[in-house]
Amino acid sequence: MYSKEKYAEMLEKMLLTRRFEEKVSYFFAMGMIHGTTHLYVGEEAVATGVCTALKQEDLIVSTHRGHGHCISKGIDLNKMMAELLGKSTGYCKGKGGSMHIADLNVGNLGANGVVGGGLPLAVGAGLTTQMKKIDRIVVCFFGDGASNQGTFHESLNLAAVWKLPILFVLENNKYGMSNSIKNSTAIDNLTVRADSYGMKGTEVDGMDVLKVHAATIEARNYVLQNGPMLLVCDTYRYLGHSKSDANVYRTTEEIESWKARDAIAQLENYLVENKIFTQDEIDAFEKDTRQQIEDATAYAQKSDYPSINDIETDVYA
Amino acid sequence: MREITYAQAIKEAMSEEMRRDENVFLMGEDVGLYGGAFGVSLGMFEEFGPERVRDTPISEAVIAGAATGAAVTGMRPIAEIMFSDFCTIAMDQLVNQAAKMRYMFGGKAQVPMVLRMPEGSGTGAAAQHSQSLEAWFCHVPGLKVVTASTPADAKGLLTAAIRDNNPVVFFEQKLLYRVKGDVPEGEYVLPLGKSHVAREGSDITLVTYGRMLPLCLDVADAMAKEGISVEIIDPRTLYPIDMEPIIESVKKTSRALIVHEACLTGGLGGEIAARIAQSEAFYYLDAPIHRVCGLDVPVPYCPELEKNIVPTAPKITAAIYELMQ
Repeated sequence: MYSKEKYAEMLEKMLLTRRFEEKVSYFFAMGMIHGTTHLYVGEEAVATGVCTALKQEDLIVSTHRGHGHCISKGIDLNKMMAELLGKSTGYCKGKGGSMHIADLNVGNLGANGVVGGGLPLAVGAGLTTQMKKIDRIVVCFFGDGASNQGTFHESLNLAAVWKLPILFVLENNKYGMSNSIKNSTAIDNLTVRADSYGMKGTEVDGMDVLKVHAATIEARNYVLQNGPMLLVCDTYRYLGHSKSDANVYRTTEEIESWKARDAIAQLENYLVENKIFTQDEIDAFEKDTRQQIEDATAYAQKSDYPSINDIETDVYA
Repeated sequence: MREITYAQAIKEAMSEEMRRDENVFLMGEDVGLYGGAFGVSLGMFEEFGPERVRDTPISEAVIAGAATGAAVTGMRPIAEIMFSDFCTIAMDQLVNQAAKMRYMFGGKAQVPMVLRMPEGSGTGAAAQHSQSLEAWFCHVPGLKVVTASTPADAKGLLTAAIRDNNPVVFFEQKLLYRVKGDVPEGEYVLPLGKSHVAREGSDITLVTYGRMLPLCLDVADAMAKEGISVEIIDPRTLYPIDMEPIIESVKKTSRALIVHEACLTGGLGGEIAARIAQSEAFYYLDAPIHRVCGLDVPVPYCPELEKNIVPTAPKITAAIYELMQ
């Protein structure tokens, strides 16, 4: 059991993430955002379960599918939406876009356009933490696809050799773009990859935010005392890999089977059944989070595009 | 002033900065007790201990990436890639991560790190341990690319690189490691982004760097006896390059020759030549801009072949005569 505030935080973050992604999806459909984006719909329990179990000073390293991590670690929705619309008021002044949102002030070291690109960075952040004796951990999010990159193996090995305070969170959504994990990976149980590096590896139901949250609290304590650990979260993305994805590589039945276990619906039912919140209160969360996204959208839409004069700014410090 | 080697000068720069700033540390393959593959960090492990002189596994991607991650969170890492050829394995972390972080995050991040990379042929190590790949990195905005041609420059430029708040790729010249020269004691910093007139002259401008500089200085001495006065400019920072002294020199001499060990095609010489041609110096030219560079072949093993893929004194001399005609 957690405090009412903690349950509220989890529900709000998951709802904000889903509403944010729905809005982004709509913008893409309307041609209002260019480039591409990778939506987190379906996987909300992982980012929210993990990040709500962290301390403010803990660091996260995110992925190309990073909107959920940003929102759950704590972010200014206005600046985030503005960044997606390429506005000067965005997190990266309109120069980064969806795949490069970072907020160093809240310990978000940034999303990453390269699959597996963030793992070595997390090792470096863990090294700083250890060398400066800072009381915090580094959480490194990545997917099942990234676990086949060389950087995964190099990073887990070095983190284990140096006993760095890093929690590696593997979001197993079963697909690397279109390629099923059955075709890309020779083992079913990804936790065993931790064994190769003398590291503890556990698995958790990534569709259940309360279980992810509890597993992260335990993992955080473990990491602070013992060094790195791998937490595999079993999850699923409802939408395509990116906007160009026609979803031809999986069946509607498969997608629907995961939607039947929807993390947000699960949490809402739990909260009502256990009389933590009434249905009216849940409805109020739904309404409030929709409004927050509408407000962020309005802010982003009325913001200016960056000036051409700033095109060469910030290449060097 | 006293004489020390190029390698000792590099070690001195690292050690002095590590004594001055506790955030500076060294990591890489065999940099600890072993002292580095070329002995550059010999003795540093004893002085600074295993925390600050860190041996890593043979994992170039995570060496470069961990340096980047440490830099963006407040350290000032120096990472050694044992041979610059192995940068290929570290490329994503360097090119897509370290170089881009500041710009793509809208100026919020800074990445104060140095990647030290020994480069060049002449050691009999053949195709995978002998390349000069500096031009690759000059194509990546966000990185700074530096190389030192003398022991004193090695100390002054590396010190500046460590203090710089950007990712700096610092190319070390393997064949210069054992070369001795006068190196100032105590704090010695040379500014990045400033070309240096290594020898004044009036008849021809020769732009060169790295281990080609001592060779070109020897050629210039010989040319002086023939009555040809060669001005030599060492850019020191290869990217972003300081062209002004080069352009001013060409306006004075009306002739330009660029010499580097790296392969001709796609090499830095092409960029320097283009910038001269695009400048007002073009109107002063009395001859086409000329390049003497490495042959476009992988570095061969046999010493006789290896010696002949790089610019040599006769090749440089011939180019100077041709330009003077």
